[in-house]
Amino acid sequence: MSNLNFLLFGIYPYVAILILLVASWIRFDREPYTWKADSSQSFNKQGFRLASNLFHVGVLFILMGHFVGLLMPEAIYHHFISTSNKQILAMVSGGFFGVLCLIGLLMLIKRRLTDDRVRANSKTSDIVVLFLLLIQLVLGLLTIFSSMNHLDGSVMVMLGHWAQSIVTFQGAQAAAAIEPVGILYKLHVFFGLTLLVVFPFTRLVHIISAPVWYLGRRYQIVRQR
Amino acid sequence: MSQFLDRLQFFKKKTGEFADGHGETTNESRQWEDSYRQRWQHDKIVRSTHGVNCTGSCSWKVYVKNGLVTWETQQTDYPRTRPDLPNHEPRGCPRGASYSWYIYSANRLKYPKVRKPLMKLWREARASMEPVEAWASIVENKDKATSYKSKRGMGGFVRSSWDEVNEIIAAANVYTTKTFGPDRVVGFSPIPAMSMVSYAAGARYLSLIGGVCLSFYDWYCDLPPASPQIWGEQTDVPESADWYNSNYLIAWGSNVPQTRTPDAHFFTEVRYKGAKTVSITPDYAEVSKLTDEWLNPKQGSDAALGMAFGHVILREFHLDNPSEYFTQYVRQYTDFPMLVTLDKYDADSLKPGRFLRASDLAGNLGQDNNPEWKTIGINESNGELVSPQGSIGYRWGEKGKWNIEEREGKEGRDTKLQLTLIGGDVSAIAFPHFAADDTNKHWVSCEHDEVQVRNVPTKTITDADGNEIVVATVYDLMMANYGLDRGLGGGGVARNYDDDVPGTPAWQEKITGVSRDKVIKVAREFADTADKTHGKAMILVGAAMNHWYHMDMNYRGLINMVMMCGCVGQSGGGWAHYVGQEKLRPQTGWQPLAFGLDWSRPPRQMNGTSFFYNHSSQWRHETVSMHEVLSPLADKSEFPEHTLDYNIKAERLGWLPSAPQLNRNPLQLCKDADAAGMEPKDFAVQELKNGNLKFACEAPDSPENFPRNLFVWRSNLLGSSGKGHEYMLHYLLGTKNGLMSEDLGKTGGFKPEEVEWVDDGATGKLDLVTTLDFRMSSTCMFSDIVLPTATWYEKDDLNTSDMHPFIHPLSTAVDPAWEAKSDWEIYKGIAKKFSEVAVGHLGVEKDFVTVPMLHDTPGELAQPFDVMDWKKGECELIPGETAPNMAVVERDYPNTYKKFTSLGPLLDKLGNGGKGINWNTDDEIMLLGDLNHRNTDEGVSEGRPIIETAIDAAETVLTFAPETNGNVAVKAWAALSEFTGRDHTHLATPKHEEKIRFRDIQAQPRKIISSPTWSGLEDEHVSYTAGYTNVHELIPWRTITGRQQFFQDHKWMSAFGEQMVSYRPPVNTKTIDKVKGSNENGNKEIVLNWITPHQKWGIHSTYSDNLLMLTLSRGGPIIWMSEVDAAEAGIEDNDWIEVFNANGSISCRAVVSQRVRQGMVMMYHAQERIVNVPGSEMTGTRGGHHNSVTRVIMKPTHMIGGYAQQAWGFNYYGTVGCNRDEFVVVRKMNKVDWLDGPAGGDALPRPLPTNPDQA
Repeated sequence: MSNLNFLLFGIYPYVAILILLVASWIRFDREPYTWKADSSQSFNKQGFRLASNLFHVGVLFILMGHFVGLLMPEAIYHHFISTSNKQILAMVSGGFFGVLCLIGLLMLIKRRLTDDRVRANSKTSDIVVLFLLLIQLVLGLLTIFSSMNHLDGSVMVMLGHWAQSIVTFQGAQAAAAIEPVGILYKLHVFFGLTLLVVFPFTRLVHIISAPVWYLGRRYQIVRQR
Repeated sequence: MSQFLDRLQFFKKKTGEFADGHGETTNESRQWEDSYRQRWQHDKIVRSTHGVNCTGSCSWKVYVKNGLVTWETQQTDYPRTRPDLPNHEPRGCPRGASYSWYIYSANRLKYPKVRKPLMKLWREARASMEPVEAWASIVENKDKATSYKSKRGMGGFVRSSWDEVNEIIAAANVYTTKTFGPDRVVGFSPIPAMSMVSYAAGARYLSLIGGVCLSFYDWYCDLPPASPQIWGEQTDVPESADWYNSNYLIAWGSNVPQTRTPDAHFFTEVRYKGAKTVSITPDYAEVSKLTDEWLNPKQGSDAALGMAFGHVILREFHLDNPSEYFTQYVRQYTDFPMLVTLDKYDADSLKPGRFLRASDLAGNLGQDNNPEWKTIGINESNGELVSPQGSIGYRWGEKGKWNIEEREGKEGRDTKLQLTLIGGDVSAIAFPHFAADDTNKHWVSCEHDEVQVRNVPTKTITDADGNEIVVATVYDLMMANYGLDRGLGGGGVARNYDDDVPGTPAWQEKITGVSRDKVIKVAREFADTADKTHGKAMILVGAAMNHWYHMDMNYRGLINMVMMCGCVGQSGGGWAHYVGQEKLRPQTGWQPLAFGLDWSRPPRQMNGTSFFYNHSSQWRHETVSMHEVLSPLADKSEFPEHTLDYNIKAERLGWLPSAPQLNRNPLQLCKDADAAGMEPKDFAVQELKNGNLKFACEAPDSPENFPRNLFVWRSNLLGSSGKGHEYMLHYLLGTKNGLMSEDLGKTGGFKPEEVEWVDDGATGKLDLVTTLDFRMSSTCMFSDIVLPTATWYEKDDLNTSDMHPFIHPLSTAVDPAWEAKSDWEIYKGIAKKFSEVAVGHLGVEKDFVTVPMLHDTPGELAQPFDVMDWKKGECELIPGETAPNMAVVERDYPNTYKKFTSLGPLLDKLGNGGKGINWNTDDEIMLLGDLNHRNTDEGVSEGRPIIETAIDAAETVLTFAPETNGNVAVKAWAALSEFTGRDHTHLATPKHEEKIRFRDIQAQPRKIISSPTWSGLEDEHVSYTAGYTNVHELIPWRTITGRQQFFQDHKWMSAFGEQMVSYRPPVNTKTIDKVKGSNENGNKEIVLNWITPHQKWGIHSTYSDNLLMLTLSRGGPIIWMSEVDAAEAGIEDNDWIEVFNANGSISCRAVVSQRVRQGMVMMYHAQERIVNVPGSEMTGTRGGHHNSVTRVIMKPTHMIGGYAQQAWGFNYYGTVGCNRDEFVVVRKMNKVDWLDGPAGGDALPRPLPTNPDQA
């Protein structure tokens, strides 16, 4: 096990999560008015609804898929599906929603760079985030092709072990679990962790403030204090 | 504690439910609400207002937070007036409420800036030369001068410093004064009332160095010359609260809710106590929806409507069933009973001449003093000819009889003047009828003869020479003028309203399009109300009426109505002209400060319209021959065609001022006189007579006659108010322009006879254009030096209005942002640098100043009869009588700064005063010295009261004005009492000890004290209304008869057909034919009348580049046009269109609306060129503003001088810059070209460069 592998996949995940949590907290407390999606819809609506919806539908499904796929132990999902079938399901559905997301993302990138009003109102971070997402998405889509070579789900299981070890604070085991997988997968994981690092400093924070409470709230709320 | 931790309470957030579970109570943090509370928290509130444009004069609360102005709201602490009157407050409008946007906007000027090529030339020259030499090396080199002049208006400014710009300005002023004369240094600033100290700052500097202040009120065409003609009064109007005292209100071309927003509530409130309101506007204006009746005459035809109203009122309330009140009123307060001589017109008929004077009669009718200025009436009881007291002859040279008691002036016997001579002789009298003119197809003409002969009662009397002369009363002439049949036979008169005779309701129907029934109804109701209430009927009138060439006819039409009905001088009655006038209430206290009268008199002042007509060479493109304007009764061969000839004559005869003055430096003139061993005055007379010396206006294209330096402050002269904008760009500035007309040399038109014509008209006359502003206006774009001034929330100043009786301040809420300074500090800095730079070039100099014969001085009695020209040998050249007054003024140039900052000794010597009265003011000099302290520096200012800061300056105004110092008011009324022989001091004695100080008005607006400067009263019992003291204190109007005049008798008034009111169609400006179809783009071109009213989203308290206001409207320049016209031209709402004529071109968008009358197009005036203006397809350069398609056309009758009320006064009488007779071609644009430079070139925003090489 190389030191680099341990640093990137055994230690970096904790650094990334720490930055995510602490920096987000600081930002939430100190700069509450910067905690927003920063939508540019008011600058130009043309094609925005389609692009944004494609991207968001795609990315939400992918995120959910990763969450379930990586963190659900084999012992549980074997009640429903075999490892190899689970991989095929992941490849097909992930591929489909990944493509939706990619189309949306490309449209959004084009809009952000070429529309004068949107461009003039963009911060550097808005553009950086889009390209980070693009790299990450393309890497993810490319893994589908390399996964064709091992349809038994072995790599998927190794990645699952890595994720489950990380969340159970077993850094060394995690790093060991991921060591054999291909460079493509490792890059994908690295950029994924990097997205966590940039999260508190960009508009990505809106992810955890989505007003889902609204769906279940009462008609009238009276704050007493 | 922590936003995050506070939210971590998923399981205890909910504390209860209510409304059957539809609502719930929670214990979530409410800390976030503080941000909304903080939004409205502030550190202090400061009282200020909006300081140039707006008559509103509304007091505002300016909120300051963390050292920044955050917002403003309306003040609500005006003193209460009377129990029966609604409060004045809250005053304000959305324009004012959006003002604070400017302070920190991108358009705010932050640093002194200089045009790049000039900066470069200056720094190069200054490296090796002292300032004045450096300036000379630039402007005397034609290539160098052209290199920066030709770049005016095209961006490219470099950031400079105050030291540097002050030095450039001072060097230019010193050079110009030394080389060409101080009268070549000119300044333009409007409407002093709105920020008196800021106006005074520039005016004081200019006046101390002998520079020229240009008038604005006439130039803006807001001055209604009819007012001085009728009353001898610039403009005096009721405060808006007086609308509430009225019972019948006509808003005639005055869009009250839109342009008088803070006052409009009185207009609405008075309806609740039963007043009727009528609006008269060609379009469906905002006021139209507020009134009970809407009359919509064709634009420009209002005088015809006025004739018909007058016809009905005279018929029903003076002839058929005379109102006792009206009859007595017109007898005592108007010229109706005065006798007019009748001259021979042709074999069968006579024409009205002039007022009969005492000097016409045997033994001057016992009058030794000014008999040629005393008019005559007949005493009804015994039929004898009498000279009633109060005519202007009684004003000067004797005391105690200048009043309008019903007495004759010889022995003071009671009289009752006879109104009509009916029952005696009858003569045929010829009247001009201008509506017969059918040469302009845009206006309705009628088939009646251009000369109408009507029978009038007359009387034959014997004059001093024993000749028999025929006379008639003004009353009888007016009845005939209005076409009323009095059973005397003859034609041209009507018994029936349905007769088609000039003056009847039926006749006006053809011209205006308003139904005769409505006219009869409104006239009857108006007069009936006035009769029953003794004059509580009022007509509000606005710019819409005054901006026509024949504005005098529009105005006299309606003023005659309020005079016939006894409304003038009565509470709730009279006329109310609210156009850009803005009453400078403490005027007599302000004048010494503003014009340096404490150091030297007289100041140099010039009428703006003639100045710009002449020096921006608009005369070189004249298309309107004065022969088209002369009366059909006049002999055209006696009169020249070109307007400039009249203006030159008016300057030569001492009627109008002249600046630049003569074709020689006035400092040099005094030196030449010394060399010749003569008094300068005698020397000048000799040189003028032998032709060595001429008036500058006789050769406007000669370099020695150019105006050289121009200061513009508090104004957007080159972005809005400059009529003939493209001419100004071409000739005055010498830069790129959109002019499409050729001069008279090329067109072969009629040229002025008295001007040396030069084929190549001079361009780029101005060497230096300096503008002070807080925003980058269009004028700044065209200037060489731009100085950042304080906004209206960053300076101390004074503010008054004609709309309410209060005086209140502008205050420094925050210090001027960035490097900005207040106007007072800027001019003080320039004065200081000027004093330094002048040393070695200018010392104590003698300056030769010419002054016209001014109104309200004995000089107004200069020329009682014929117009005599000394140059043609018709009379001697006598300064002050047949030519301008001439005075020598000492200028101590190196002491300019010391004079600027202290009160001079001339007030001790000459006292203070205004409007013809004068008082000792030693008490006030003492008071001001105690208040401001006295100067301890050695030199001219030692021991004199200090005027260092703007507040010192404000205290100077407040101390010396009767309106703000009761002690002065009592002295002023006492001074007037000497003239009238009646005691008026009771009007001020209750306030004798009252003194309003600057800090008083910062605490609360203060009501001013009544003073004889004005014709209304400010007291506890009556709202301010014009003419009140004339009617109730029997103070004469300052006219030839001492009464309100239906009749004007100057020779030129008669030649131009304006002795009496009549309808005159607009003039033909001939600007369409040469350009229509000359450069087609495939879209249809239609021709429409050019109307430029006040807008809703800008002007007055703010400007049209205010983003908040732009957002409420269409975000850039627009015009309004009717659906029918738009359809004809294939234009849809919001299309880009072009508007053009020979004068220039405008590119903007169209608003298509039903509210606009067919045949006219409206462009709200003063829409900035700097926001959203693409290029013009016609000119290839950027589209202009509303004055790009206008050119000044002047009226000779406004030039008349030395003739009682028709005598010049600064902003008081004189030529006006009308603009509504103009037509334009309207066409949809094919291609909208923004004329943007190469990408990345000079794209904004970028930091202001400081080095011209890198810029």
